[in-house]
Amino acid sequence: MSTQNLLYLDAVSVSFDGFRALNALSLLLAPGEMRAIIGPNGAGKTTMMDVITGKTRPDTGTVEFRGEHDLTKLDEPTIARLGIGRKFQKPTVFEQLSVRDNLLLSLKGKRRPFAVLAARETAEEAARIAGILATTRLADHATRQAGALSHGQKQWLEIGMLLGQDPELLLVDEPVAGMTDAETAQTADLLREINRTRSVVVVEHDMDFVRALDVRVTVLHEGSVLAEGNLDDVSNNPRVIEVYLGR
Amino acid sequence: MIAVRPAALLTVAAAVLLALLNLLPAASALHVPDFAVGLAGKYLSFALLGIAVDLVWGFAGILTLGHAAFFALGGYAMGMYLMREIGTRGVYGNANLPDFMVFLSWNKLPWYWHGFDHFGFALLMALAVPGALAALFGWLAFRSRVSGVYLSIMTQALTYALLLAFFRNDMGFGGNNGLTDFKDVLGFDLHSSVTRAVMLVLTALMVAGSLMLTRAILSGRFGSLLTAVRDAESRTRFLGYRPDHIKLVIWVLSALIAGLGGALYVIQVGIINPGEFAPANSIEAVIWVAVGGRGTLSGAVLGAILVNLGKTLFTGLLPELWLYALGALFILTTLFLPRGIMGLPWNRLTGLARGLRSGAKADVAP
Repeated sequence: MSTQNLLYLDAVSVSFDGFRALNALSLLLAPGEMRAIIGPNGAGKTTMMDVITGKTRPDTGTVEFRGEHDLTKLDEPTIARLGIGRKFQKPTVFEQLSVRDNLLLSLKGKRRPFAVLAARETAEEAARIAGILATTRLADHATRQAGALSHGQKQWLEIGMLLGQDPELLLVDEPVAGMTDAETAQTADLLREINRTRSVVVVEHDMDFVRALDVRVTVLHEGSVLAEGNLDDVSNNPRVIEVYLGR
Repeated sequence: MIAVRPAALLTVAAAVLLALLNLLPAASALHVPDFAVGLAGKYLSFALLGIAVDLVWGFAGILTLGHAAFFALGGYAMGMYLMREIGTRGVYGNANLPDFMVFLSWNKLPWYWHGFDHFGFALLMALAVPGALAALFGWLAFRSRVSGVYLSIMTQALTYALLLAFFRNDMGFGGNNGLTDFKDVLGFDLHSSVTRAVMLVLTALMVAGSLMLTRAILSGRFGSLLTAVRDAESRTRFLGYRPDHIKLVIWVLSALIAGLGGALYVIQVGIINPGEFAPANSIEAVIWVAVGGRGTLSGAVLGAILVNLGKTLFTGLLPELWLYALGALFILTTLFLPRGIMGLPWNRLTGLARGLRSGAKADVAP
């Protein structure tokens, strides 16, 4: 049915107290694809990520990963261990810990309490961390407390933590919110780099950023897909213009 | 974790010194009276409870208001052994039954008292019973994602329920009077100076051991993970961790340390009764940690000793005002010493001392 898709959402609906956050949403993501999701506030972008990562259970519908895992039946840690990483809209790093320790905790592998208790940092782990620090340009800040980083650096650290998890699919919620233009451009480069080996879903409001990514765009509106295609096509779509500009 | 190693060393050194001075002839000016050794042993037993509370409150962010329950359960387990040790020396001289059971006209030992004539079994139970209760309670609470003030209230309810249960004579733990009138432990007279001195040093070693063990656990990756769970629990789920399991491990370890404290307490204080389950006891333990310095481990030991020393002195002078004094202490600490005694700028003091010693102008270390 959906073996060729990495992620398969079909007719997913979620209601909160009568409000339909997702309304028969369907979405396909091919392995290795990067997809940008745009849409006005309340379109259901974050709820969609909540459903994929197990935070919210859909009322109806199918959510499959790699054609074999029914994500609606699994909880957050299980889904994370399957290889779906998530970056939140508001950067959430562990502020009391050093940048390095944040990355160490994110590294794929030891997750059970006693495995963590017995864990000693291996040379391989040290090398992985050094690599991520270089990729995210945080090498000079490795020993700083994560809480002391600038907003943009926290966003990057969180992306670094995603890399540490070594996921097959990254869900990235508004990665450039609050970033300078230069940081935004660097982030676009970084995501394209990441996309060479992994699939990525990016939710973003910043149209320049979406343009810079140059990938297929899905427009959400009132919990379902309004349009899909490249950015120029969807931005010329009369329904999209209507939703965005109002009438 | 500030100065945990020095705190462990200091605790043992002070206990050894007290024990040695106690063994001096009574005429000596340096002689320490027996009651002081007993008090010190009691304070150090409380220090174990303090470490247990700090472990979950300071490092995992779980404000427990029922930890004295684990302490008291450990105490009851050891108390049961000490009861069995009395043998025929009780008032009724019954070799098979403790006095209170004879008094209640029971004719045979309840099944759950079997095995408690062995010290090793009792010690095991002093750890296993609090550990098992903590595992059950924690498993249910953490998997249901109960946290914050709701969890605190549940811990109060837990210890209060146990208080009511242990008050009942039918429970078979001596009801209101609890377990007391102990004679010896492993054949050593509980009232002899030597036994008391040895118990004091043993308790100090357990305090030091618990400090070092928890320090080792917390300074590694598990400690980082615990901080992460404390500050951003839901985030750890999306990294693939199960915060409920992480919290459960530290919660059970904490209960084990509290149980050990209770066992050592009963041997040295000579009585355990349902009053030890009183909700106020658990709250006091939280105050020790707050006063000493939450999240420092050594502060838990310091706070337990200082507040209990204050309690001993204060209740001697103005017994009815103690609770007000304790409340005031908690408020003042929260307002003016949010990081407790350990949070005072000690490194400035040591920097000052170093500066004075080297004869250089006293420079204030950062």
